[in-house]
Amino acid sequence: MLSIKNLHASIEGTPILRGINLEVKAGEVHAIMGPNGSGKSTLASVLAGREEYEVTEGEVIFQGKELLELSPEDRAREGVFLAFQYPIEIPGVSTTNFLRTALNQVREYRGLEPLDAVKFLSLMKEKMALVEIDQKLLSRSLNEGFSGGEKKRNEIFQMAMLEPVLSILDETDSGLDIDALRIVSNGVNKLKSEKTATIVVTHYQRLLDYIVPDFVHVLYKGRIVKSGTKELALELEEKGYDWIKEEVDSTATV
Amino acid sequence: MSKDNQILEDLNSKEYEHGWSVEFETDEAPLGLNEDIIRWISTKKEEPSWLLDWRLKAFKIWQSMSEPEWANVNYPKMDLQALRYYSAPKQSKKPKNINEVDPELIAIYERLGISLNEQKRLQGIAIDVVLDSVSVATTFKETLGKLGIIFCSFSEAVKEHPELIQKYLGSVVPMTDNYYAALNSAVFSDGSFCYIPKGVRCPMELSTYFRINAANTGQFERTLIVADDSSYVSYLEGCTAPQRDENQLHAAVVEIYAGTHAEVKYSTVQNWFPGDKEGKGGIYNFVTKRGICAGDHSKISWTQVETGSAVTWKYPSCILKGDYSIGEFYSVAVTNNYQQADTGTKMIHIGKNTKSRIVSKGISAGKSQNSYRGQVQVMKRAHNARNFSQCDSLLMGNQCGAHTFPYIDIANPSAKVEHEATTSKIGEDQIFYCNQRGIATEDAVALIVNGYAKEVLNQLPMEFAVEAQKLLALTLEGSVG
Repeated sequence: MLSIKNLHASIEGTPILRGINLEVKAGEVHAIMGPNGSGKSTLASVLAGREEYEVTEGEVIFQGKELLELSPEDRAREGVFLAFQYPIEIPGVSTTNFLRTALNQVREYRGLEPLDAVKFLSLMKEKMALVEIDQKLLSRSLNEGFSGGEKKRNEIFQMAMLEPVLSILDETDSGLDIDALRIVSNGVNKLKSEKTATIVVTHYQRLLDYIVPDFVHVLYKGRIVKSGTKELALELEEKGYDWIKEEVDSTATV
Repeated sequence: MSKDNQILEDLNSKEYEHGWSVEFETDEAPLGLNEDIIRWISTKKEEPSWLLDWRLKAFKIWQSMSEPEWANVNYPKMDLQALRYYSAPKQSKKPKNINEVDPELIAIYERLGISLNEQKRLQGIAIDVVLDSVSVATTFKETLGKLGIIFCSFSEAVKEHPELIQKYLGSVVPMTDNYYAALNSAVFSDGSFCYIPKGVRCPMELSTYFRINAANTGQFERTLIVADDSSYVSYLEGCTAPQRDENQLHAAVVEIYAGTHAEVKYSTVQNWFPGDKEGKGGIYNFVTKRGICAGDHSKISWTQVETGSAVTWKYPSCILKGDYSIGEFYSVAVTNNYQQADTGTKMIHIGKNTKSRIVSKGISAGKSQNSYRGQVQVMKRAHNARNFSQCDSLLMGNQCGAHTFPYIDIANPSAKVEHEATTSKIGEDQIFYCNQRGIATEDAVALIVNGYAKEVLNQLPMEFAVEAQKLLALTLEGSVG
């Protein structure tokens, strides 16, 4: 589904990603872990098409298409969803209104009729139950005055509504208490299918207790330096990142 | 919700969509401005002599005045002698009702999306349409007449209800008020008049639609709304003009009188031609709008959405004379390209326990300049006056300007006046967030701007709110990215 080859990206001339290679197949969950500043969030942003990052080398193929050639909105319409680490506030625009605009633009791109108000509402009801979100929250201004947990839950609700092919969760666990973490993870798990894939970007192992990955990759200094299964995450939890840093830094100096 | 989407789908046309004009035979005054022209207009309109005298007096006063220069706008002065002060479509005879109006004129309005056919019109809005200098049609007159409501063109009101006109004309905006009000008083050609009798709640929205068609013609209309004690009316005003290279002048006067316990809601969606992308052409919109809350417990509420005009100079105001009277001003002013707007309000607290509320949302894009200018004045005997003002500015890009000029003048120590102001930019973060959900950039801007202006748009009657949202989006097209 997703094939990242030798991806290099920089911001204001500073290289952040320095040769990422990653294959993600339908039905899989990949966790991207790594110490702060290793490039995890940059990878998520580059895949979503954030303009501040300049791709200097490499290619990304998503469902047979050159992802990097597409505008951010077309990537979304092709089925790439990014759950933001810091969801953005849009005053005066309700989640409902926002999503209706989004969903119908996505549908138009895919050659589908726009959903009328009745169908949209019933779809909303269905997805609300899935992520245990209150309708009151959805009629308030998007993310404005939301608690950390409400913001993240809202992100997962949007994901449920837009039914992406590839979901990228950028530090979705940050700022969540244990109950919120459980609810958000449940939502993500219910949305998983054989046709979709998930990339979970996280610093801590605890999210992976709930969203169990098929593969774990450790990002360090802009490269994937170690890949394994969920046991790797447990090992990291126990030993921290220093041993990996040492391993990489020593081979680099040889 | 479906409306919002409709709006977003309607965003395809890129240019000012009402920029066309139509050729038809007109009755025109010769170019220029002098006493003879004023007599010519007055004769043409078969006016009584008291009105001619009133005009001539205003003309004398105007001649002694000079153009105001304090506003934060810059434009080449207009040669007022090169303008035409009267232009009207030729009609073989005066239409008695809508069925007798020239079909060609009706077609113009159909093209603007305004049906004059009462059956076809949405329930609940009566409309008076003004083309260049004259009112061409008023709908639902008979329905309203049964309630004693008078809604007709200004010229007709002069003939049919001279006692009301004589009593109220110039009572809120005197001819001496300012340069453009004096000019309007001398040369005004038509407009709408509305009278709501005691205790009557007007069952439908009343509305005037202004259209400038002719070239080199100034439009000087006058609107007078009188709401007698314990009455209520909601009034809408809309306008468009053809796209022309030269600047055109629109200098209107609106007067509102509200008696005891009366309430008037006045909404405007202003969409005069703003000039092209290089700043060529466009309407100079120099307008005086003022209402007086004459009776106790009366209320006047102004809502305006300003998207058009090359230069706007406009301060819909409230004189809060009655005790416990309330004045409100809700405004969204959008400027793009080379547009300039200097707009705001005046709230004059005279009565005791008077309240006013000001919510102004400025949006500047391109190379435009957008100023809020507002005055809150609390007179000596206005005990317990309250004002709340909120002035927000939204900037798009880095070549535009937003300015706020609040004046506060308090002569009574019991007054409580609050002023809040914010300036923000549409964040790239916000746009990217929308993009990431599949929303194209232009639609994202429309969504964000409409959210920002929501508090004001919510004040508009439904049909107008939809129109206003569309206009906001259209005005800002191409201003990001």
